[in-house]
Amino acid sequence: MSKEQNLKILKVICLLLVAVVIFISGRTFQEHRNYQEEVVLGPGVTAVMTLGDYFEPIKGTINDSNIYFIDSGEPGPTVMVIGRSHPEEPATNLTAQILVENAEIETGRLIVAISANRSASTSTRPGEGYPLYYSVDTEWGSKTFRMGDRWTHPLDSWPDPEVYVHYPSRQMLSYADIRNQNRTWPGRADGSITEQTNYAFINLINQEGVELFIDLHTAELEYSVNNCIVTHERGQDIASMAAMTLTFEQFEYPIGVEFSPPALRGLSHREVGDHTDAISLLFEAPTMILDRIRGATNEELLMGGDDPFVRRAGEYGLLYVPIPEDGWPMVTRVARHVETFTEVLKQWNFNYPDNQIMVSGLPNYAEIKANGIGYYYRNPADYSEDRIRYE
Amino acid sequence: MLTLMNTIVNYSYYLFTLLISLLLIREIIKTKDIYEIVLYSIILVPFILRSLRLK
Repeated sequence: MSKEQNLKILKVICLLLVAVVIFISGRTFQEHRNYQEEVVLGPGVTAVMTLGDYFEPIKGTINDSNIYFIDSGEPGPTVMVIGRSHPEEPATNLTAQILVENAEIETGRLIVAISANRSASTSTRPGEGYPLYYSVDTEWGSKTFRMGDRWTHPLDSWPDPEVYVHYPSRQMLSYADIRNQNRTWPGRADGSITEQTNYAFINLINQEGVELFIDLHTAELEYSVNNCIVTHERGQDIASMAAMTLTFEQFEYPIGVEFSPPALRGLSHREVGDHTDAISLLFEAPTMILDRIRGATNEELLMGGDDPFVRRAGEYGLLYVPIPEDGWPMVTRVARHVETFTEVLKQWNFNYPDNQIMVSGLPNYAEIKANGIGYYYRNPADYSEDRIRYE
Repeated sequence: MLTLMNTIVNYSYYLFTLLISLLLIREIIKTKDIYEIVLYSIILVPFILRSLRLK
C-alpha cells in the first residue's frame, strides 16, 4: 500500500474518531441539558404557574420555571422561597422540593420556585470535574437530579462583557456575573436572560404581594458569609431572633446573622428588599464541594460533604466554619435550611401576630437528620400525571 | 442596544466556529503530515460541538 493510501486511511479514521467523540460527548451534554426531574405536587399545592406568566419575554424560554402555589385561601402573608439560584448548590433545590411535596398551610400563602435559574442547572463544570448528576436514596428507589453551575448556561447568554455593569446601580462587577442570578437583581426588561429572569421575579413579588422573600444558598467553608441568614435592614429582627433560637435550641453548630451591605449590589437580600415591599432574607449552609482546596470532586463529596484537604485547612484555622465529625453532608445542609425556614416563619408570626402564616407538614431538623432527605420525596409512580411537574 | 450587540456577536461567533470547522476539515484533507492530521482532528471537536450548540 502506498504512503498516499495510508494517509487517506489515517484521515478517514481520524474523521470517524472525531464523529464518534462528538456523538458521545454531544449526547451526554444534550441528555444533561434536557434531563427532567419529577416533582410530585404535595397535598398543599393549589396551583402551578410559570415565571413567564409574569413577564412575557420569559415565556417558553429555558427559564420559564415552575412557580408552585401553596395557598390556604385564608388571610395571611405571602411568603416566597427560591432554590437553585446557584444550581451548583443543590441543597437549595432539594429543600425547595421538600417544601413543595410536603408543606400544607392553614393561613397565608407560600410560593416556591425550585429552579429559579433553570438555565444554570443545565450546565456544569466539566473542567473542574463536577459530577453531571447526583442521587438521593428513597424508600422507593434512587431519585436522580441534575448538577448545575453557578452561572446561566453560555448557550443561553453569550458573550459576557469585559466588565459587567449592574443595573440600575451601575456598579462594576466581574464579567461573568452578568450570568449570575444573585448579582443581577432587580433585573431589567431589556437585559440578558438572567436580568430578564430577575425582572420577572420582581414582577411576581409585586403582583402577588409577597411580604417575605427567602433565597436559599450554600457556600464554601473558605467563604466568610456562611452558616448564616443574610438579611435586609427590614428583616433584622426576624433573622436575629431566628438565628438565636436555632442556635440555642436546634443546631449543634451555630447559625449567625449577616447584614446585607448597602454598597454591594445585585444580591437578592439587598435588591429585593430595596425594590419591592418584601423583606428579603438569604440562607447559607456549608458545602465543601465549592471549596477551591478540595480533593476529588465527585458525587461522594457533594452528598457526603467531607474532604481531607478542606479538613486540613480547618486544622490550620483557614476556614470560617467548624467541621463536625461527619462533615457537612447534604442531609445536614437541607435539614438546616428547612428548620431555618420554619423558625423564620415562627418569628414572622411573633412579629406580626395579626398577619400570621401557619405551615404544617414539614419535618424538623432532627427528623430529617434521622430519616434522610429521600424519606420526604413522594414516589411519582403513586400519583397521576396531573399531580406531577418537571424541573 | 446592549442586547442587540450581544445577539450580533453571538451569531457571528457561531458563523466563525462553523467557518473554522470547515477550514480544519479542509486542512485535514489537504495535509500530508500525519501529526497535522491528528492535531487538526483534536482541535476540530470543540469547534463542531459549538457549531451544533451542544456545548
